[in-house]
Amino acid sequence: MKGRRGGLIAIGIGLAVFLALATYPFWHAAGKAMPVPELDLETPAIRALPARLCVAPTAEMKTRHMQILDEWRTEVVRNGRRTFETPDGRRFDRSLTRTCMQCHSNKERFCDRCHDYAGVKPKCWDCHIVPETPSGEASAAVAGKGTLK
Amino acid sequence: MPIFASLLFIVIAILFPLFAASAGWHGLLGIVIPCAAWAVFVFGFVWRVVVWARSPVPFRIPVTSGQQRSLSWIKADAAENPSGRWGVALRMFLEVALFRSLFRNTRTDLYKGRPVYGRTKNLWLFGWLFHASFLVILVRHLRLFSEPVVPMADTLAAVDGMFEIGVPTLYLSDLCLLAAAAFLLLRRIVIPRVRYISLAQDYIPLLLVLCIAGSGLLMRHFDKIDLVAVKELASGWICFVPTLPEGLTAVFFVHLFCVSALLVWFPLGKLMHMGGVFLSPTRNLANDSRRRRHVNPWNAPVKVHTYEEYEEEFRNQMKAVGLPVDKE
Ligand code: HEC
Ligand code: HEC
Ligand code: HEC
Ligand code: HEM
Repeated sequence: MKGRRGGLIAIGIGLAVFLALATYPFWHAAGKAMPVPELDLETPAIRALPARLCVAPTAEMKTRHMQILDEWRTEVVRNGRRTFETPDGRRFDRSLTRTCMQCHSNKERFCDRCHDYAGVKPKCWDCHIVPETPSGEASAAVAGKGTLK
Repeated sequence: MPIFASLLFIVIAILFPLFAASAGWHGLLGIVIPCAAWAVFVFGFVWRVVVWARSPVPFRIPVTSGQQRSLSWIKADAAENPSGRWGVALRMFLEVALFRSLFRNTRTDLYKGRPVYGRTKNLWLFGWLFHASFLVILVRHLRLFSEPVVPMADTLAAVDGMFEIGVPTLYLSDLCLLAAAAFLLLRRIVIPRVRYISLAQDYIPLLLVLCIAGSGLLMRHFDKIDLVAVKELASGWICFVPTLPEGLTAVFFVHLFCVSALLVWFPLGKLMHMGGVFLSPTRNLANDSRRRRHVNPWNAPVKVHTYEEYEEEFRNQMKAVGLPVDKE
């Protein structure tokens, strides 16, 4: 019967669309693993540190560095308090460009790698400048790679 | 009381992952349950659709809410009373994308002892908002399931976070989902007539969605999660190499467990209206029973004897007694 065949075709197309959407991540990945980005921590400023420490413990930096930045911004812009002291007594200027990007001067191989992986596009760089990395440093930094884990 | 049964269900859906996470059953929570739930969802969905597709449709029963196709000088309403395939497609699109039939919703009130009828668009508005924000959130979540991230997820995130409120940016779809789900739930609780017909299976999906959105917002704005670890976990699922990264939090396991509960719930209950809307005879049939014969698939094959055959058989006798015949 003609109507019945038409119905079967419609059901077939509908189920195919459903299955394609429900399994989309599988065939998008096509078996290729999504490798965790390799973060580069070998900048001159970090190498010169007495102890390889960030402004907060690493686990906290991983999860809430953007909230720290937000707190810093509020402190500076609203309260005018520029100096940040860690519990262990290290002092930092609360500044995106002059502090974070001083140590992490390799934005492309640090912040960006992670943000591309997680699909994050911070708008900060619309206004804040990224310190320029001398080209020689980039090649020197490739040697020792810090990974995320 | 269905609402208390539903609340009990939700409390268990929150406490179980919290307990299991603290007991260290991360493999169960992070791999076994979500993967099993996904399989139940996909197979259950297909199974329900196949069962529906095999059911006979004895009559054409399209909803006819406009002028049907008739004489050439009477204007037909193709979208409200479709007469052909394209009309059905148009009506289905309006229904699925814009919730056309909810837009026609009416309310009844007693005014001086007599019922009066009026329009109401609340259910349409919040119902649509609920589904639209859910879809946007699902597409945005693809950033955890694709590498490089699919451009659609990026674009949608940019639009969704355009007001740049806070760091990380507040997504408008999250607010819409919370507001709409809260409205749909309160509607069932506050309006006595709706409360009277509401069952646990009406409350539970809404409560689950509220839990999922709540835990998601918690992870994004308060109890921060390590997204890189989450993506590592998701990568393990979709590449069939299960991995359990460090740094997954209890809130994340609640999120994932409630999502799994929703996935299992989906094919078992009324959430199947997602597939069902396309299979409703009231929506997917054209109103053409006066032009085309609708054959009931339940009919046993009947041997018919048409008038032509009858006349062929008895022509001589008919002529002999003077009955008129079609063919001489
Ligand atoms: C004094 C130099 C220094 C400053 C200033 C600094 N960092 Fe770090 N940062 C480090 C070091 C060193 C590590 C690696 C710590 C480790 O290996 O445990 C690190 C780690 C991190 C990590 C975690 C990377 C990972 O392993 O997943 C993030 C995120 C981060 N920093 C962001 C920032 C941000 C944002 C700022 C500004 C608020 C900042 N850092 C300021 C030195 C610094
Ligand atoms: C619309 C432009 C604009 C954008 C976008 C912007 N900022 Fe700023 N930011 C400013 C200005 C202007 C100041 C004040 C500078 C000062 O007083 O030293 C500032 C100051 C700050 C400060 C403290 C001072 C310093 O030297 O860094 C921090 C921290 C900061 N912003 C972080 C951020 C972060 C994080 C983002 C992205 C989420 C961001 N900003 C996006 C304009 C912007
Ligand atoms: C370990 C990976 C990682 C590294 C390294 C990293 N980020 Fe992030 N960053 C993230 C993730 C993931 C988010 C999104 C968090 C979320 O959505 O909950 C984020 C979000 C942000 C945001 C908020 C964006 C928004 O508007 O939502 C800012 C600002 C930010 N990061 C700044 C930095 C800077 C500056 C650096 C380099 C110094 C850096 N991050 C390095 C992972 C990282
Ligand atoms: C029914 C499916 C799901 C719904 C409705 C849902 C809903 C949400 C919502 C509303 C948020 C708030 C932030 C945002 O919108 O991005 C969120 C965040 C989040 N969800 Fe889901 N979710 C679902 C499935 C999942 C799954 C399967 C995972 C596991 C990989 C997951 C992991 C996360 C994570 C890690 C966050 C935090 C994101 C961030 O910090 O920016 N979600 N979810």
